[in-house]
Amino acid sequence: MTTVYLDNNATTQVAPEVLEAMLPYFSKFYGNPSSMHSFGGQVARKIREAREQVAALIGAQPDEIIFTSCGTESDNAAVRSALYSSPEKRHILTSRVEHPAIRALCAHLAGQGYRITELAVDKDGCLDMDQYEKNLTPDTVIVSLMWANNETGVIFPVEEASRMARERGIPFHTDAVQAAGKIPIDMKQNAVDMMSISGHKLHAPKGIGILYVRKGTKFSPFMIGGHQERERRGGTENTPSIIGLGKACELAAQRLDRENTYVRQLRDRLETALLKAIPQSRVNGSTLHRLPNTTNISFEFVEGEGILLMLDQHGICASSGSACTSGSLQPSHVLRAMGVPFTMAHGSIRFSLSIYNTQDEIDLVIEKLPSIIERLRSMSPYWNPLKETCNAT
Amino acid sequence: MWEYTDKVREHFLNPQNVGEVENPDGVAEVGSLACGDALKLTFKLDENQRIKDIKFKTFGCASAIASSSALTEMVKGMTLDEAMKITNQDIAAYLGGLPQEKMHCSVMGKEALEKAIENYRGAPAKEPGAQIVCECFGVTDKEIERAVRENNLTTVEEVTNYTKAGGGCGTCHEAIRQIIERVRFGAEQKPAVKPKLSNIQKIKMIEETLEREIRPSLKLDGGDIELIDVEGNRALVATRGMCATCKAADITLKHFVEKKLRDLVSPDLVVEEVTP
Repeated sequence: MTTVYLDNNATTQVAPEVLEAMLPYFSKFYGNPSSMHSFGGQVARKIREAREQVAALIGAQPDEIIFTSCGTESDNAAVRSALYSSPEKRHILTSRVEHPAIRALCAHLAGQGYRITELAVDKDGCLDMDQYEKNLTPDTVIVSLMWANNETGVIFPVEEASRMARERGIPFHTDAVQAAGKIPIDMKQNAVDMMSISGHKLHAPKGIGILYVRKGTKFSPFMIGGHQERERRGGTENTPSIIGLGKACELAAQRLDRENTYVRQLRDRLETALLKAIPQSRVNGSTLHRLPNTTNISFEFVEGEGILLMLDQHGICASSGSACTSGSLQPSHVLRAMGVPFTMAHGSIRFSLSIYNTQDEIDLVIEKLPSIIERLRSMSPYWNPLKETCNAT
Repeated sequence: MWEYTDKVREHFLNPQNVGEVENPDGVAEVGSLACGDALKLTFKLDENQRIKDIKFKTFGCASAIASSSALTEMVKGMTLDEAMKITNQDIAAYLGGLPQEKMHCSVMGKEALEKAIENYRGAPAKEPGAQIVCECFGVTDKEIERAVRENNLTTVEEVTNYTKAGGGCGTCHEAIRQIIERVRFGAEQKPAVKPKLSNIQKIKMIEETLEREIRPSLKLDGGDIELIDVEGNRALVATRGMCATCKAADITLKHFVEKKLRDLVSPDLVVEEVTP
């Protein structure tokens, strides 16, 4: 059975070009880029090149890029740096739909006396900008808002939000882990001070990320150690992964158009066909402000884990915001924040595509999923087939 | 991904006895959509008062469907007295085991069976005097007591795994902890329970522990710590000297100070830093 991988917001396959670029740096060129000999120096040169490749993807300058170990580290480093830089301020502004890397960190900081405002979202997963503005206070030490949501793909107006923060002198951080490589990002067009990106969401390996820090932003390192990354992140460079991430960013820049044409068209085709074939189904989140690769669909009166396991029987990989799959007993915090009713939230499935998906793969899902939903509904005490007839007429 | 046994997978992918028995002798519905799983059980008896036909409809995860299917297979042909003896562990064992976090699925099966039998016998559906403890999932003290007793549960986390109680907002954790203590130690004399400390005793013990166990280490790094107040389980402290400016101080507080105080004073203490 072949794998149909539609869970690219969880992680992506390493691009063959990326792997190829990395391999020599495991075996042949294993030198330490900090060394004084040319054997290490050649690796340092390659890292410089990778930094330029990353910077080019987001319209930044190379020395604004700090390599980290993952998106979570970047998020932690950004928020903690801001707190350290302005110890007298005690308010953090964020949203209710952030990734756990920010949410759990904020909950932790709340325990240390910080005041956290989690902005609500509407039923489409969008922010109320008036509410946002009202919560930008003189005591606000940092704003952290994700660029695009991992579960729904909904995009926040980061350009506008970052400018509003800048006008008030408040540092602005964004977790762009899901956005990078999928939608255009140009740091010259926004007022973002710090931004997190993770390698494994854009066809680089796991265990590598970056933190963008705009020139002039006060920065206090999270990892203290050697002089690496201009003393902003200690620790010997993960050279193969850095080089891989550089290559992945170069590819992403070339493929950005394809994300927004080919991938978008595959996603739309999948979404339209499923909504048509399966009664009582609906899309979660704004379809207007959304990543081109993500769709989050709820199927009423069934539970997500069952759907995933039955899809798994056909080699189809997706994910769900249901309680049972998370192990937390409650459906996803994102869907709850959007006020998605329980009947819908438990039966939500996220498909997230990549440029490596094909029409045939999408067709397989369109072929298999309707009967899976029908089968699970036939077991559900809440499903009334008569209702379906009523709705169909 | 959950580690399900082959038997769970088999009963999920090919569940037995799905549907509703016509003109049933007993009916029960447990769970709710909000909780994420629900089960409707219907059965019919034969002329010898044995379960002739039993069917289920389940909304829920794979293990909920598998538990329902297993339950119906297990009790077919049994008398109601025999069926009443089935425990949630029997259901889990029949399936070759369930992940800890999914044990509540077997509990739901057991509950539905019992309620359906009570429905046939005309017994009261709700246990008298039961009080809702967990508002999020509508779990009563009686249900928690029973899960603790029958499965020998010792922690809130286990109670959540078996009954869902405490899996939502978390405000009932203390109440659950008390039920566990009551069930485990209430009947016998209390051997292992530490006496509850009065606030003054607590403050005294914390001060002693800080002086004996904690300050000497902090002072090595030029730091110090002071107890400001104790509110319930929260020990409010202020850091002094190097600690006050040290970025690793909150790690020290959680991993060193809090751990020591939990070990030596009270296991539910939380250390919080207050700004001077």
